[in-house]
Amino acid sequence: MSPDHAHPRSLFDKVWDAHLVTQETVETPALMYIDLHLVHEVTSPQAFAELASRGLDVRRPDRTLATVDHSTPTLDFAPGETPPYANEQARNQVETLQDNARKHGIELHDWDSEHRGVIHIIGPELGATQPGMTIVCGDSHTATHGAFGALAFGIGTTEVGHVLATQTLLQRKPKSMRIHVNGQTGSDVTAKDIILHIIAQIGVDGGTGCVIEYTGDAITALDMEARMTVCNMSIEAGARAGMIAPDQTTFEYLRGRARAPKGMNWDNAVAKWSELASDAGAVFDCEVHIDATQIRPMVTWGTAPDTGIAIGDAIPTPQTPAEQRAITYMDFQPGEAMGEHRISQVFIGSCTNARIGDLRIAARVMRGRKIAPGLRMLIVPGSVSVRHQAEAEGLDKIFRFAGAEWRQPGCSMCIAMNGDRGEAGQLVVSTSNRNFEGRQGTGVRTVLASPATAAASAIAGHITAAGSLMEAEYV
Amino acid sequence: MSDPLKPDFARFRSRTFVISQENIDTDQIIPARFLTTTQCAGLGLNAFHDWRYDEAGHRRSGEPLNALDTAHQQVIVAGRNFGCGSSREHAAWALHDLGIRVVISSEIADIFSANASKNGILPIIAPKIAHHWLLEHDGVEIAINLETGRVDLGNGPSFQFQIEPFARRCLLDGTDPLGFLLSHDAQISAYEARTT
Repeated sequence: MSPDHAHPRSLFDKVWDAHLVTQETVETPALMYIDLHLVHEVTSPQAFAELASRGLDVRRPDRTLATVDHSTPTLDFAPGETPPYANEQARNQVETLQDNARKHGIELHDWDSEHRGVIHIIGPELGATQPGMTIVCGDSHTATHGAFGALAFGIGTTEVGHVLATQTLLQRKPKSMRIHVNGQTGSDVTAKDIILHIIAQIGVDGGTGCVIEYTGDAITALDMEARMTVCNMSIEAGARAGMIAPDQTTFEYLRGRARAPKGMNWDNAVAKWSELASDAGAVFDCEVHIDATQIRPMVTWGTAPDTGIAIGDAIPTPQTPAEQRAITYMDFQPGEAMGEHRISQVFIGSCTNARIGDLRIAARVMRGRKIAPGLRMLIVPGSVSVRHQAEAEGLDKIFRFAGAEWRQPGCSMCIAMNGDRGEAGQLVVSTSNRNFEGRQGTGVRTVLASPATAAASAIAGHITAAGSLMEAEYV
Repeated sequence: MSDPLKPDFARFRSRTFVISQENIDTDQIIPARFLTTTQCAGLGLNAFHDWRYDEAGHRRSGEPLNALDTAHQQVIVAGRNFGCGSSREHAAWALHDLGIRVVISSEIADIFSANASKNGILPIIAPKIAHHWLLEHDGVEIAINLETGRVDLGNGPSFQFQIEPFARRCLLDGTDPLGFLLSHDAQISAYEARTT
């Protein structure tokens, strides 16, 4: 299909149009077909129970992919032993998904799988995430998969049930927003800094009701892992989804992965995927321009993800009651630099920043160094395969030598429901996506940062940019 | 409808409860450590847990939420961007279990809003003037008519609100979205045949 110059369409329009089972009307939303449904243990049990109570089966187990990640411990345990769950409820929740997957014939990446891990890390890793797909999951960070030019968004558990039973969802077409990020970023700027900068510019509700397309040379220059970090945090600006047009970088990442098309199917798929990019003249409801040359390594000072400032900049004076509450909770003073506070814990992990590239950057900063005395550092790889890759490269030795804890994969301290958490009052530097009050444990004060910044801060014992530590190139 | 769990949103009256803070995320509404449940029921007990209770588990005396009386106050009026963050439907289940039937704000996060209307909670976007008035008048009695889309604020600036028509239908007459989807089996099969 060649672009229709009279009706130029965006990437989002194209994926949307291709998945309409029925069109929307004034009275009813569209029925949207879902190509890939990702499932984890926390947001699925009530949905499976609903199916059971109605005597329904899973319509397309072949389009459903499950793993256990949120409630799972990241501590080591011996083969054959029961994983050291935080409590019986967590264990029951995992076993409930195991039962449901078995009953319905769903592929589950369980304790014995090389691809068990954070759901948004294993989808791409398996090549299950592909351009042009519709992908949903009972998890707001599903936007991660938009990095491949998929329309991917989080849903509630009732909708998880809808997709399990019918492979469709009732959807009104969201608005569209395009964010242009142009100009060359500094060598010390990573994808996490780019997205924290964007969210600080547009606000936590800047993308509400919208699907964002990220474009511009600072975006196309990113590798796939970095693009995933950007799209992952779209929800932190309130957006339904974030997307990036697939290109050669995308295709090279997918080539040869377990679920990627093979042989002639591969060539056909690439030809089809190459047509997904937004047509010239495609119209968006809103356009935002970001100057990439202005982006510096970022950290957040508050309790919402839009409170990012450049490291070294002064913490601002609160302008609203919400900001006043945030600065009080964080126990910071306006005008201070973030680096003035001692940190208690550092967490490198989560669907935002637990891929192999994130661990390589952290290792580059930490190599041959020790973390600050008294500080605790958790490094939690995104999947079993990321863990094995890191170990093959010797990264685990660097982390262990530094004094960090090298853990088994999982969501861990990002959501802090598996026993990995901070203590009240502790200041935690985290590569995850949310700094909400209590997110990493009751009373914990979370600072969001990139893996480079998190690693450098762990060495220093206070918040600092990687700067000179990064210059010592490690091969 | 006589079922107290399914109020008549065409003739709904209640007093409000104001939580003026902006950007209340679903981690505040129900902290993640309570998400290991495999049930929907019972989450109200831990709604806004860390606001209502201190680290030792004692009720915080100065916290207005501890005085919330959902026998008479079934409407939360919240600061801008209520329900942002995590997609956890547990937030809607917790509020419903607590006795909340309506949330009013100038802006409500997308996923929370979708979850709310599927669980007997009416999400209402109020115009800024009305929202501001409601924030300033904690505990005022209001009347809501979902059929006409009107909120009557008595002496305040009454207003019309928009809601997605299918969500309105579900809240008004209990239309079952899954049943509706299942009734499209033939179209879904046709789509699958066409695209694979």
